[in-house]
Amino acid sequence: MSALAIAARSVEISGLATLLACAWCLPLSLRLSTSSRGRALRTLFLSLTSVPTVVIGLLLYLLLSSSGPLGSLSLLYTPLAVVIGQAVLVTPLMISLVMEAIARVSPAITDLALTLGASRKHLMGLLRREASPSIVCAVLLAFCRAVGELGVALMLGGNIPGWTRVMSTAIALELERGEVGLCLQLAGLLLAIVLPLVFIARRLEERRR
Amino acid sequence: MSGSRVIELRRISKSYGPQQVLLEFNLQVREGERLAILGPNGSGKTTLLRIMGLLDSPDSGEIFFRGERVTPQLAPSLRGRITLVFQENVWISGTVRENLLLGLSFRGAGGEEIRLRALQIAERLGLQTLLEKKMWQLSGGEQKRVCIARALVLEPELLLLDEPTAWLDRKSSSLIEEALKKVEGTVVFSTTDPVQAKRLADRVVRLGYRLTV
Repeated sequence: MSALAIAARSVEISGLATLLACAWCLPLSLRLSTSSRGRALRTLFLSLTSVPTVVIGLLLYLLLSSSGPLGSLSLLYTPLAVVIGQAVLVTPLMISLVMEAIARVSPAITDLALTLGASRKHLMGLLRREASPSIVCAVLLAFCRAVGELGVALMLGGNIPGWTRVMSTAIALELERGEVGLCLQLAGLLLAIVLPLVFIARRLEERRR
Repeated sequence: MSGSRVIELRRISKSYGPQQVLLEFNLQVREGERLAILGPNGSGKTTLLRIMGLLDSPDSGEIFFRGERVTPQLAPSLRGRITLVFQENVWISGTVRENLLLGLSFRGAGGEEIRLRALQIAERLGLQTLLEKKMWQLSGGEQKRVCIARALVLEPELLLLDEPTAWLDRKSSSLIEEALKKVEGTVVFSTTDPVQAKRLADRVVRLGYRLTV
């Protein structure tokens, strides 16, 4: 399997995981941001970003393994398992970044919206709009986190060639085999994907207004 | 001044931690009146305007709007009828036009007549050539005029302005003052400048030194 094919599989799996995480993270972040406990929740999610990927991988493995509560779904060692695992992995990061973005624009924009007679729905829409560059930045950073992680992909995907093998698992395996050239190719591709995205994310953040 | 009361504050108190900002403060603002709240920095002008704008609640006391007691349930429906222009220029990313029409978009008012009114107000405040400019491209004085125009477009029954000429140069200040003189309706503004208060207001309420209502 070529390095490019592995990279394409990685992007596909991590891209889907990021999109899946967006489905719950974005509405949840907006809702939590405007709650009275917003600041405490932001700190909580920020703390959760430090949970090691192997711990998340292990917990999800126990959940999805044949003897686990969701074993009947036969998801373990499928790309879908990796997608779900990575989506769970990036959830605290995405929520804390989006909440942070909303907190930065929130006090002034909330006051403005209220004094102009905005409803709660209008307020949420306005906060989302004003924080949108930072939200895009959060999504890109979440993708970078997903595409570069090893623990979840290895434990839930099993590193099956052409199926669940992604760049991080392939690098780990090929190094054991002594295929340093392929490892370097994959590492180069990983950086070629991640670094421009981080750069774009930072630029978006800087050009917020 | 014999008009009906637009807003009335009865025995309003507000403190931030150990700092008592307002203590049993009373105020009545009548229809069509131009009232200046005069006081030094930290005397509670912003707090008072935020309470009048129903953005903050007092610790104790009552607020009446057109004779009706304002409750937390009633406050959201009254916002928009009372509009506050903040001391700092607060704007959404986008053009001057988008900012002018922001309040109207919340009301779902998109008719041609209303848009025309918005443009007339923009023209009155000398913003007609700036409509397609991004807000960040404007000077502080121009941004302030947009903020005032955005509030005027809503035709609020009570317009509140928190130090509308703070941090502006003389030229921008006079432009804002000229614009304020043309505003019809009930206006309450805060200032640290006694001369400006006298120049623009029918009545002056002092904070910080000695409450004279």
